[in-house]
Amino acid sequence: MNEKKREDVELLSISSGETSQPFQWSVGKHGSYFLQQLRDNKKIVGIRCPKCKRVYVPPRPVCGQCYVAMDEMVPLSDEGTIYVCTIVQFGFVDPSTGVQRPVPYTWAFVKLDGADTCLTHFLDSVDPEKVKVGARVKAVFEERRTGNLMDIKHFAVL
Amino acid sequence: MSKIAIVGVGQTTCTSSREDTFEEMVFEAATKALADAGAEVGDIDNVVTVSNDFWDGRTISSMAVQEAAGSWGKDVSTVEGDGTFGAFYGMMRILSGSFDTTLVVSHMKGSESIMNLITNAMFDPIYQRGLGIDATSAAALQARSYMAMSGATEEDFARVSVKNHGNARNNPYAQLPLKVSVRDVLASRKIAEPLKLLDCSPIGDGAAAIVLSNRKGLKRFKKDPVWIKGVAHCADAFNLGYRDLAKSRALKAAAKKAYKAAGIQKPLSDLDVAELYDAYSYMELMWYEGLGFAPEGKGYELIRSGATGMKGELPVNPSGGVLSSHPVLVAGMVRLVEATLQVRGEAGKRQVKGAKTALAHGINGPCGQAHCVFIVGA
Amino acid sequence: MGKRVAIVGFGQTYQRSSRKDVNGVELINEAVNTALADAELTIRDIDAVVIGNMDHFEGINYVDMWSAEGAGAVMKPVIKVCTGGTTGTTVAMCAYYHVASGMFKRVLAIGWEKNSESDTTGAIITAFHPVWERPTLGGAVAGLAIEASKYMANYGATERDGARVAVRERLHALNNPFAHLHQEWMKGIPVDQLVDLLVGSEQNAMLAYPLRMSDMCPRTDGAAAVIFAAEGTAEKIAPVPAWVHATANSHNFVYAGDVNMDRNTTIAEASKKVFKKAGIKEPLKEIDVCELYLPYSYAGLKWIEDIGFCAYGEGPRLLWDGVTDMDGELPVNPSGGVMSSNAIGATALIRVGEAALQVMGRAGTRQVKGGDVNLALATGFGGCYWGDVMLLGKKKPS
Repeated sequence: MNEKKREDVELLSISSGETSQPFQWSVGKHGSYFLQQLRDNKKIVGIRCPKCKRVYVPPRPVCGQCYVAMDEMVPLSDEGTIYVCTIVQFGFVDPSTGVQRPVPYTWAFVKLDGADTCLTHFLDSVDPEKVKVGARVKAVFEERRTGNLMDIKHFAVL
Repeated sequence: MSKIAIVGVGQTTCTSSREDTFEEMVFEAATKALADAGAEVGDIDNVVTVSNDFWDGRTISSMAVQEAAGSWGKDVSTVEGDGTFGAFYGMMRILSGSFDTTLVVSHMKGSESIMNLITNAMFDPIYQRGLGIDATSAAALQARSYMAMSGATEEDFARVSVKNHGNARNNPYAQLPLKVSVRDVLASRKIAEPLKLLDCSPIGDGAAAIVLSNRKGLKRFKKDPVWIKGVAHCADAFNLGYRDLAKSRALKAAAKKAYKAAGIQKPLSDLDVAELYDAYSYMELMWYEGLGFAPEGKGYELIRSGATGMKGELPVNPSGGVLSSHPVLVAGMVRLVEATLQVRGEAGKRQVKGAKTALAHGINGPCGQAHCVFIVGA
Repeated sequence: MGKRVAIVGFGQTYQRSSRKDVNGVELINEAVNTALADAELTIRDIDAVVIGNMDHFEGINYVDMWSAEGAGAVMKPVIKVCTGGTTGTTVAMCAYYHVASGMFKRVLAIGWEKNSESDTTGAIITAFHPVWERPTLGGAVAGLAIEASKYMANYGATERDGARVAVRERLHALNNPFAHLHQEWMKGIPVDQLVDLLVGSEQNAMLAYPLRMSDMCPRTDGAAAVIFAAEGTAEKIAPVPAWVHATANSHNFVYAGDVNMDRNTTIAEASKKVFKKAGIKEPLKEIDVCELYLPYSYAGLKWIEDIGFCAYGEGPRLLWDGVTDMDGELPVNPSGGVMSSNAIGATALIRVGEAALQVMGRAGTRQVKGGDVNLALATGFGGCYWGDVMLLGKKKPS
């Protein structure tokens, strides 16, 4: 093989193909309760810190700021306020499904009444006039629910 | 060196599948270590977490556990590798003068993914992965090459398994305490020649944590310090073909440095107890040689003579070792936790009487590519 | 007390959209050899190695092990660290602690990424909680878009203000041969006109309001390596070492929905810690140049306020007054910054390396203040609320 040919070599890449690394992530006892409430009762719950009294959603085991374990579940409203949101226009491969996520869609941080933190979710509208900071929203549940965050279909702008 | 002390240790039980989340396990280990030290999270100046994105199925996996590790508002960092390497970094952060105390915590849920796929991903995607190689098949290559070099037999490997699974019966945290015979091990299911099921560690779930302090920070803690007398780590080449798989020169190099700092001249007699990373039975024999417990190729003599049994000259893995519980990344830190408990005389039924100086060992990469050696003492 | 530490060498690959001519290990090796040549050292002189990237971007597990031959880590201690966007500064800090601890004299810090090998947005989404966050997250772009719109709502900043940052970064990148984006067409056009072009062009696609294509960093293949050395050794290696005056990290929120979008609290806290350690009272006056991790345009407005260069809401004024341009009082990102090259694991380490070059007076065509730089600030930001800050200086710290 002469030198010229070496320089002109076609640069190859190796595809990972359809390989995947399947996982079974534990949701934990607090998260499982949250998902079961969504699935069975269309209710949203949070968890309250015994020390600072902040109510977190989704529930988690530890209040990071107080460093104490949490256990008290509290019911939350299915209505809340948009803290921040954006209309996503660019396409990308959703790693959860492996296919292109349809755009545009609106992604929002919803502060549910009764909670101190936000639940991140979709809104039902991509109208910039409707999806605004401070707008009121209400959860819309799927008919068939499986114990998954997507049992909430989206939040409807009121 | 005796500049940095271990003042608190915590470990969860290891099981084949824990139902709690990473956060819950880390919180359990970290709060146990704090309670053991007689300290609160406010006594901790900085945090190092240990995790791996592949095993956790999450990019920046360390992010997921920071609240549970007590990191809020603190200076934190994270190591991807065995927990002993995380402990090493936690120690350096104190030695730098920036902090007096460090909490190091490591977690693993091997039950959530498929070990063969996760460890296949540590091999080169262009030249090796397609061959289906994983941690176990690579280890089998190493075991074969070690047998050819040393004359160790499959019976010798089985003896390690019998000893360690037996020791695990004294350890309430262990995943697989077993009363088995050499014959049982030899008859267990073939995994990859020459390794049988009982030559291989069970990948499982667990978490561990330690609290480190310099002399200045000691007054915050109630526990008597166990000092880090010497520590070093070293990595060999990645490509298996570039290494002499039968001899661990990286372990030799790390041990030499750690021994020098700790003033260890004859490890077999100077050390009172050792906790080694025996992911596969044959590894323990190889590590005997790398650590200078036995001459090259003669590791099997120690297991045949019983020198490394509970009543031997240098008990190795009184906890049952990694063969009895293998939460990857956590396993090396557990060795350090166990070494600390031994020096304190708090190892319960697995205590080696009068242990004053202990060795803890962690590995990283395929076939023990990198090794970390800690010597701790009162 | 620990040892004083300085940066004595820096090497980076040319940052490009795709480096199909090398695999990851070869890319790493290219940066390592460049850094060693820069410091006139050989790999034998290196006592330990620290490396960082994001595993899922290339699909390689145990990267510190896999790259040992290319990184020069064979028969040396090597540690891998990874904290997302801050990976590069986390690597730099880890190398700093290696040396400051007194255990190692010369330590090699490496950051790298081949973003061309996977879907970057998809890979970034996997950094978030699989149960609570991934199903709806729109990657870094969407996360940053909400921060930008919150800033606009709070302080009345406009799309033109955001574009002003983008124009600065892209113009600066024209001076940097290593930068990925070289937008030659911008040459000679007045800043005002460039801003109008970016905001008004239909070709400049809206990704997620208010972020257009021009507001975001590119996806890049690249690697960088920085050599840290201890006092006593550093002076012998480099004529003008860049001394580490202080470094700090801060971290708080873990869950995306908890984040306080009003301010970048971790960058603010880490900066405060660094300024306290180094005795900096008036950052804008005392610091000569910055290399900041600004992954998108609006960060160039808001985060400079959080660092403490100006009051809240005054970021746009600093930009329009030219304070942060090459010839301004506080040049920001003479290299063109993250918005001109973003090989994620390398990016924050390049900030540190570029800041060191400015202090050493060796930044070539992108050198500011005629080489008269006493203090340079580098930052990293990323993951779910990590902020890293490192202050470098010409004088040995007291």
